[in-house]
Parts: sequence; structure tokens; C-alpha cells
Amino acid sequence: MTDPDRCAVEISNVSKVFNHGRPNEVHALEDVSLTIDEGSFVSLIGPSGCGKSTLLRLIGALTHPTKGDMSVNGKTANQARLDRDYGMAFQTSGLFKWRSVTENVELPLQLMGWSKTERKDRAAEMLDLVKLGEFGDHHPHELSGGMRQRVAIARALSFRPSLLLMDEPFGALDEMTREHMQTELLDIWAKTGKTIVFVTHSIPEAVFLSQRVIVMSPRPGRISSDIPVDLGKRAFETREAPAFFERVTEVREALRFEESSA
Amino acid sequence: MISRAFRGFAPAVVVGVGGLAFWELSLLIIDPEGFVLPPPSSILAAFNENFEEIWVASMNTGFIVVTGLIGGVVLGVVWALLVSRFRLANETLTPLAISLNAIPIIALAPIFNAWYGLLSPVSNQAIVVILVFFPVFINTTKGLTDVGATEIELMRSYAASSWQVTRTVRFPNAMPYFFTSLKIASSLAVIGAIVAEYFGGRQDALGPLIVQNAGLTRYAEAWAAVLAGSVMGILLYLVSGAFERVSMPWRRDAETIGA
Repeated sequence: MTDPDRCAVEISNVSKVFNHGRPNEVHALEDVSLTIDEGSFVSLIGPSGCGKSTLLRLIGALTHPTKGDMSVNGKTANQARLDRDYGMAFQTSGLFKWRSVTENVELPLQLMGWSKTERKDRAAEMLDLVKLGEFGDHHPHELSGGMRQRVAIARALSFRPSLLLMDEPFGALDEMTREHMQTELLDIWAKTGKTIVFVTHSIPEAVFLSQRVIVMSPRPGRISSDIPVDLGKRAFETREAPAFFERVTEVREALRFEESSA
Repeated sequence: MISRAFRGFAPAVVVGVGGLAFWELSLLIIDPEGFVLPPPSSILAAFNENFEEIWVASMNTGFIVVTGLIGGVVLGVVWALLVSRFRLANETLTPLAISLNAIPIIALAPIFNAWYGLLSPVSNQAIVVILVFFPVFINTTKGLTDVGATEIELMRSYAASSWQVTRTVRFPNAMPYFFTSLKIASSLAVIGAIVAEYFGGRQDALGPLIVQNAGLTRYAEAWAAVLAGSVMGILLYLVSGAFERVSMPWRRDAETIGA
């Protein structure tokens, strides 16, 4: 057991079964244990059906474990949700088309009862952070896919949660925008010191972003490898460094091993 | 500016004028006596000659249409709110709405007349209300409930209350659905009111005017009353569209900015 003050997320022997006891029963996760240190950047990777999104939703208390224990910031996952300890970003930005960019970023603050001026100030600050300071008055349909995801990240961070949960947030972006967004996310991570749990399909993305890559395998969903990535401060050159390719290969091998043994 | 606006209207004007000209000219050849269909020129003439009478009839029918429309829209929206909010309401009120809609509503007109009195406007208003409420109910319910899973999860991640979800997500989401139904309802209201008037209610209204003139083979006059009903339907449609534009400013088009 690690000191709970330093652990953002602790999951021990958690299983998740959907449609328990019915013919369409699915074992999404079986006996998963994972600890995530505060301030770290951890990626979850694996083929479809490996339960990586389910694991992320369990941390966010958007679904609940069938078996096992878990804590987020030292409390139950649901208490952490009620305390607004985490912000979430999805593959689709989930921006509300009837709200301007600023109003979208202000939404969580509005729900939390912040005053109008406080909301405005924080939204402006967050939009500057994601380099969209000039787009506050635009509506989502006027923005490109990458810009929308940046608004979604600004919104997730607006109430300063300690934890950021991201479910393939760059999955729908083109390769160039995607790499650009990865660099920006690392920049935001360095500036804010959040704990980030990041679900992805992309091996290079996982390796480039994270300090740890958790490789998962399907049927039933479980953690098959836990690969530390120590590439130091990322830069443009990182993607071309031999150490980067070594880690990419390691993750790919871990995924392939799972495939052949399954 | 004017020329741009004109270019927007031009195709409709050309088609409209062309259609009327074709109607007028083809009748000269196939039905010069105007037994089957009077030419647009006679209808317009009849409209002018009987303007006073048509105006009074339109006001009377218009009262039924507008009050019935408002009643039906309010009923449809309240019904949709209940059904989308409470499971019990959904299980009881949805089948009831579907059953009500399955009744051939116009066939109720003689029965309503028996209830409220032959000359009472209430039975006509009731028919418009029942006719209008269903499309408003169905569409608004769809809009209130058809919210994406991402949006709902997002609101749960903010620990938003059920009322906050309704106010900040469901209401705005339902707006386009509601206005689509309002446009359908506005035309239905005119149809419902005029047909209901065939069976009873005030005698100085568009329905009786059409029946009486057609009975006397004064077809141009009957068509002039139909024209008044159409104008009413178009006006209500335009008003609905204007409400829509004012209520949903984010729908006004703007260009997407490149990545």
C-alpha cells in the first residue's frame, strides 16, 4: 500500500460485469489492480473491448464496480465525483452548440454557482491556456475539430480539478493536428501539475505522452503489462529518438503477445 | 442588398407567377366556362368584391385557430415535460396521447357540438387543441430525451442535479424539435378550425362561407375563402419561423474556421 496522500487513484481487485446474470453478460474487467501517483501521466491502451474506457468511467464514478475496492484522492470514487475532483474529456468534444465557446467553458462553473465575473475571468484564463483566447464569442460549429477539443480541455480544467480523465480525446483528429495537440497537452500538464489518465488506441501517442503505459487485453478485460516510459522532457525530436522507438516497440510487443496468447 | 434579397425570392416568385399564368391560360382552353375550377383572376375578383365578409370570417376563424393553437401547444409541451421527467407519466400518458391521436378527430366534431352547443366556439377550439397537441408532444418529447450519452456523462461528471441537466441541456436541445412541430401545428390548426366549422360554431366564419358558396355553385367565392385560409396558414408559419430565429440565435449560419 502506498501513502494515500500521494496516490490519486487506487484500484484493487476490481471487476466489472455488465448485464450480470443475463444471457448478454459481459465481463468488461476482471480483477484489475492499479495505483496512479498524484501528478503522473498514465495512458491506458488496448484493443477494443479490453475495458479501458470502462476503467476510466469507474475512476469517474460514471459506472460502479461489481467487485473490488477503489479510491480516488483518498475517498470513494463517487465522493470524488460529487466533490468535483476530476474533469473529463471525450472523443467527441461534447460542446453545447447553443453556447458560445466562453459559455461552454463556464458551464461547470455555472453549475457550481460561481458569480458571473468569476466565471468570465476563469474562462478567459482557461481559453488563454489552450491558446483560444480570441475565440470566446464563437460558437462550436465555427471551430475546427482540434479547436473544439481544446475548448473541451479548457472546460474540463476550468474548475481546477486535480485529476483529468481523457477518453481518446484526439481520436477523431488528423495526424498533424493530433501531434500538435499532444504537445499542447504536455505543456498544460507541465503548467498545471494535474494527474492525467489518458485512454488511447495509438501506441506512439501513449508513449509520447505518458510516464507509464498500461497495456490491457480483452475477454475478460485485464491489465497485461505496465510499461514505464522514461523519455525525459518531450520535444519535437523525441518522436525521432531511438529510445522513443524502443518504447513503441515494447508496447507493440506487449499488445501482440496478448493477441497471440488470447 | 435589395438585389440580393430579390435573388433569394426570385425563384419562388417565378414559379408562383408561372403557375398562376399556366392555371389561367390552360383553363381558357379546357374549361372556359369555369365549371370545374375558376381561374385565378375570378378568385381574386371574388376576393376583392367580398373582402368585408371574408375579413370578418377570417377574424372569427383566426380566433379559433390562434386560441386552439396556443392551447394545444401548451398542452403538448406540458405533456412532453411530464413524460420526459417521470417514468410513471411516460408509462401512462404516452399511450393515452397515442390513443387520443388515433381517434379520427374531425369525427368528434358533431359530438363536441352536442356537448358545447351547436353555435359555441368551444367545440371548434377543442378540436384544434387535440389536433395540434400531438405533433408538439411527440417532437418536444423527442427533443427533451434525445440527448447524447457524452453530454449526459459530462453533466454527471460535474455532479449536476437533475434539474440542472434539464435546464442547461434538455431544454435547449428540445428547441429545434419544438419549433419544427410548431410549424406543422400552425398549418394543422387552420385545417382543423375550418373543417370543424363545417359542423358547427359561428356561421360568419371561413368554414361556413366555403360550404355555403360551394353549395350555391359560387366557386370563385368559395375559393376566395380558401385563399384567406391559406394566407392565414402561411402567416402563422412565418410567425413560427420568426420565433424560431429569435429563440435560437446559435443556429444562424456562420462559416467554419480552418484548423
